[in-house]
Amino acid sequence: MKQHIEGSQAVAHAVALCRPEVMACYPISPQTHIVETLSRKVKAGEVGNCQFLNVESEFGALSVLIGASAMGARTYTATTSQGLLFMAEAVYNAAGLGLPIVMTIANRAVGAPINIWNDHSDSMSMRDAGWLQLFAEDNQEAVDLHIQAFRLAEELSCPVMVCMDGYILTHAYEVVDLPTQEQVDAYLPVFEPVQVLDPQDPVSIGAMVGPEAFAEVRYLAHNKHLRALEEIPRLSQAFQDIFQRSSGGLLKTYHTDEAETILLALGSVNGTIKDAVDDLREEGWPVGSIALRAYRPFPSHALRHVVKGAKRIIVIEKDLAVGKGGIVSSDVKMALQGVPIIVDTVIAGLGGRSIPKASVIDTVKQACLEGLEEPHFLDLNWDAINRELTRQQAQRRSGPTPENILREIGAPGASPI
Amino acid sequence: MSYQRVKFYQTGTFTVGNRLLDESNRTVQAGMDRTNSLNSGHRACQGCGEALGARYALDAVMRATHQQMVAVNATGCLEVFSSPYPESAWQIPWMHSLFGNAPAVASGVAAALRAKGKTDIRVIAQGGDGATVDIGFGCLSGMFERNDDVLYVCYDNEAYMNTGVQRSGSTPPRAWTNTTQAVGKDPGNPMGIGKNLPRIAMAHGIPYVATASVADLHDLEAKVTKAMSIRGARYIHIHVPCPLGWKSDPAHTIKVARLAVESGLFPLFEAEGGEVTDRTPIRKKVLVEQYLELQGRFKHLLHPRDEGALEAIQAMADANIHRYQLLPLKA
Repeated sequence: MKQHIEGSQAVAHAVALCRPEVMACYPISPQTHIVETLSRKVKAGEVGNCQFLNVESEFGALSVLIGASAMGARTYTATTSQGLLFMAEAVYNAAGLGLPIVMTIANRAVGAPINIWNDHSDSMSMRDAGWLQLFAEDNQEAVDLHIQAFRLAEELSCPVMVCMDGYILTHAYEVVDLPTQEQVDAYLPVFEPVQVLDPQDPVSIGAMVGPEAFAEVRYLAHNKHLRALEEIPRLSQAFQDIFQRSSGGLLKTYHTDEAETILLALGSVNGTIKDAVDDLREEGWPVGSIALRAYRPFPSHALRHVVKGAKRIIVIEKDLAVGKGGIVSSDVKMALQGVPIIVDTVIAGLGGRSIPKASVIDTVKQACLEGLEEPHFLDLNWDAINRELTRQQAQRRSGPTPENILREIGAPGASPI
Repeated sequence: MSYQRVKFYQTGTFTVGNRLLDESNRTVQAGMDRTNSLNSGHRACQGCGEALGARYALDAVMRATHQQMVAVNATGCLEVFSSPYPESAWQIPWMHSLFGNAPAVASGVAAALRAKGKTDIRVIAQGGDGATVDIGFGCLSGMFERNDDVLYVCYDNEAYMNTGVQRSGSTPPRAWTNTTQAVGKDPGNPMGIGKNLPRIAMAHGIPYVATASVADLHDLEAKVTKAMSIRGARYIHIHVPCPLGWKSDPAHTIKVARLAVESGLFPLFEAEGGEVTDRTPIRKKVLVEQYLELQGRFKHLLHPRDEGALEAIQAMADANIHRYQLLPLKA
């Protein structure tokens, strides 16, 4: 049923239809609307016998799910930013234990400086934790990916993060085709755990593993991701068979055939990028774009296949590997080793900075005509940066950088420097 | 699943202390039906108080729940010595996740059991003092505050023994550890800091809090059994000497534990809903010195004598005796 609905509400609706049995939640913006809605649904008796726990921290939230999942329950939580970092130890632990927990990441910047707006720094920090990471482009896909995530997690016995851009998606109202309980039940079978705490058949879960076996256990975690490369497209097709719409998969292409320049990004910015591609093509530029749906596992093979023949890939990423540059672009370069293609890194949209279509278009033209420095920072205020660098060199006690920059750019209420 | 039987020659004989008790009052360990939840073959040190306490506590839970229980374990000695892959000394469904999250993991197990309507299966969580009073304290407080149906057992050996004897929030004043060395002015752990977790647990108003000691295993079993007759968050704090970290003779583990109780330094009591309801009176009061002198970690207080420190520690014991009324009031 199509409905004009907020992204968070739509996701909560989808999660509830997946019949979770235990949810443990801790508030942090911008994921709060999701768990608020779920808490109401649980209390109102709309989610069966589901248990909703208000816990003392994100670390506690994921730890509760680790116990519940090991007891054979279908489990869910949502977090973002500092919350994801606070639960980091449990994030690795859940993956190491092979527990099929599903977690929404309402992507948000990581401080300091504290910033509640969108970028991908949070989920990037956990990219090697062993969780699958799926990125939604819009709210329809956010809904659909959650349903696929539970099935994927449980088939592989591996936790899944569904990443959706904070505010840009979580707080956006748009028309979403909400699934029915019958459709979800047809797609998502009852959870059959591969390991469970059972007094009738006692096992030890979480034993210490030494050098003699650790590498093999880690390889098997990697092997799950290799299997996921096959399962993600298969379950996306199975989803289409029941829900009659295409959603998910490893990546989605837009005008990549015959394209000489291909833009590549994760998440909602692909909407802007597709508009930029349309405009550029109208002007005669042979461009296309790729939206990565799966970031972990990284779809190297699929990527090599779709960029065949292109001369340049411009990776637009909402994160920064401080001291290096691009995170996603590094993965892209590794995937395309041996392919004669230029890979540019564009760092954009940090801390909620908007990524205007005009800036994307200018950057593509600049890349094609003059080349880009590596990495390229989109729309950076170099005047403010250079003035601050000069000040720092002149004065040892130069004060907190964020405050200085706010004064440099003349933020309302900030006294001149 | 059949539990491995260990031949126990003393059962049904009159060779040990149990003979004075009616059979129904004898310890779980004296019964042929004990489950050996923590089975032989694990790698605990000689004289380990924690291994002893855990075996008695868990077998008592198993008897109380008719073997319908799941245990969650924090990282620490108990976890490491019991479960080096692919060996496991656990004959129960047992899970280890992290150092600081055992209470939350147990809350999750309990929540899953509620969701599935399997409330006949009971949940216990266990950890050492580091996992309990320090790194896992936030999760433990959350579990208490929500009154989740979990029994949490803390085996308190008063320092981080698994990592090689470093100070915890439960290390007693003036004790040597590798991070509170016996050098300089006032050697050892500083006076007047640290946490009293049983009282913090009581402040949460949870249904049941108790302290126990490996010096009185029958009392320990009785408290565990009582805890399992109650629903909601429960906490038992067990004093378990560590010969390695306390620099005591492995043969003296029970003796050292008993002197802690008899001196008043480790009071045995029960509390329900935040109020003390019962305590174990001291049978024969001893001075704290008698407890301290068996342990190398306090050697710097006795050789040469540090009268100030000895008086301060004796005052702590006397305060406990007064607070919990451990001796009959004088006429």
